[in-house]
Amino acid sequence: MIAARHPVQRPRDARLLVINWQGAIAHAARSSLADFLEAGDLVIANDAATLPASLHGVHLPSGAPIEVRLAGRSSFAREHLRFSAVVFGAGDWRTRTEDRPQPPPLVPGDRLALGPLVAIVERMLGHKRLVALKFEGPPDTVWAGVARHGRPIQYAYLDRTLALWDVWSPIAALPVAFEPPSAGFALDWRFLETLRARGVEFATITLAAGISSTGEPALDARLPFDEPYRVPAATASSIRRTKTKGGRIVAVGTTVVRALEHSGGHPGTGVANQRVGPRTRLRVVDAILSGTHEPHESHYQLLRAFQHDDVLAEAGAALEASKYRTHEFGDSVLIFFHRPPRRMPSRRHVYRERSPLGA
Amino acid sequence: MNHLKVAITGGTSGLGLALVRELCQRGCRVAFVARTCESVDRIAHNHPGTHGIVGDVARKEDIHPTALQITAALGGLDVLVNNASSLGPTPLALLGDTECEDFALALETNVLGPFRLTKALLGALTASAREGPGALVLNISSDAAINAYPQWGAYGVSKAALRHMSAIWGEELAAQGVRFLSIDPGDMDTPLHALAVPDADPATLKRPDAAARELADAISATLVREHA
Repeated sequence: MIAARHPVQRPRDARLLVINWQGAIAHAARSSLADFLEAGDLVIANDAATLPASLHGVHLPSGAPIEVRLAGRSSFAREHLRFSAVVFGAGDWRTRTEDRPQPPPLVPGDRLALGPLVAIVERMLGHKRLVALKFEGPPDTVWAGVARHGRPIQYAYLDRTLALWDVWSPIAALPVAFEPPSAGFALDWRFLETLRARGVEFATITLAAGISSTGEPALDARLPFDEPYRVPAATASSIRRTKTKGGRIVAVGTTVVRALEHSGGHPGTGVANQRVGPRTRLRVVDAILSGTHEPHESHYQLLRAFQHDDVLAEAGAALEASKYRTHEFGDSVLIFFHRPPRRMPSRRHVYRERSPLGA
Repeated sequence: MNHLKVAITGGTSGLGLALVRELCQRGCRVAFVARTCESVDRIAHNHPGTHGIVGDVARKEDIHPTALQITAALGGLDVLVNNASSLGPTPLALLGDTECEDFALALETNVLGPFRLTKALLGALTASAREGPGALVLNISSDAAINAYPQWGAYGVSKAALRHMSAIWGEELAAQGVRFLSIDPGDMDTPLHALAVPDADPATLKRPDAAARELADAISATLVREHA
């Protein structure tokens, strides 16, 4: 695959690789995504808006320049100003995270000046780069500081710097994600209209998507960190209704799978701390729309809950051969779980016949 | 209107400030936006429980940081009031005497700003509509949006565009549960009016708190009707 270097959420030529429940692979334009859905299905997306989680500043005890990347938080509450964070030494995103210098030695009690903000290191989290920190000051002042001084976490493979509007999907609502739940980049308001017209429901959850990569293998092995989420009552009702009628639950992104499988589709808040992988028995989700992922990424493990390894390997080869674009602004895959649909095809069957799957 | 989450632009003077007070009294959770840090701090201090945000809706770069602070402060958003307005040239001028830059400022503040802020907050508004009694965007209009008043060119054109934009948004988002209102509050005794018509007799003008009560009633009626 090739890196999608231009930060455009919905390029006109975006592509979609589809794996149906039987493991058959098809290629389509992503603009035809709705053709793979049927009346009675339910599409669920993560409406978390992305924080400008990269904060440059100074480690006050040493005077050394640092970059702090906020990476996790245990609650959505506005007054909850404690975060886990990855700290980098001098430099910026133009250097690959793997090649960034270490920060100065950090110990609890260290104060960090980050633009107008001051944060205190409360604890080390088992790695010299990973800290628990707390911002000082009243919540409104802290959020104003983050909003104005912070920048979205940047990616070295992109051809320009990202602004906040580049990383907010059209449905972005509560600002709690540290990196964008980028599967949602595929959605726009016209698509939601199309779903409605076809009798496909749409709902949202909110999950504070954490940092996707730290550049440290030891840290990356611990990803994803615990992620707080919320399933609205309206979404839980839609899930029940859909299940009762035998419709399919289509998750937009790995974060939605995590939230729904952790909650069992029930309403309320929680902290997703489970790993979804090949041995996970999916209770709620029937399909996932996702970016393209390679086997070494943690997201790939989650895809193994949906399809057998040989099918994913075949899909991976197809993505490679057809030069799909990867990373946050890349093409998409739609993967159905490897079990037969729970209902007989209705007259909506026509969509399936029309689809390039030909199933 | 208990606990309704409301954001108001131009919230430190005139109608905006009156709306902050009125909606607080009615039990709403209020965030307000204005350009000047000192005014924002003063109003937030005088109205405990409100959230003051420094931002200029006419600046593209301010929109997302403003939207972020609104939803972070309120935990979502039910109602957006696009109230901040620019007259364009002051003193008011004939179109032929209007500098392009002043015309552009009226459009940036009165049309593009509300468009951008509404768009940045659409995710929060539609989320609110899916979960509750519906969401609402209230755009503050003017009779200058309809009548061709000499010397009110930049303002009138921008308010006409805002009014039409409200109608189109409303058509497009009705199915998503987001309602749009465009309301002319009337000629009020506000700093904006004093700038436009310096020799007006304040006694002949509507008081902003009276207009704020009417607007709060309209918000309440719309969302209650949606809920019923």
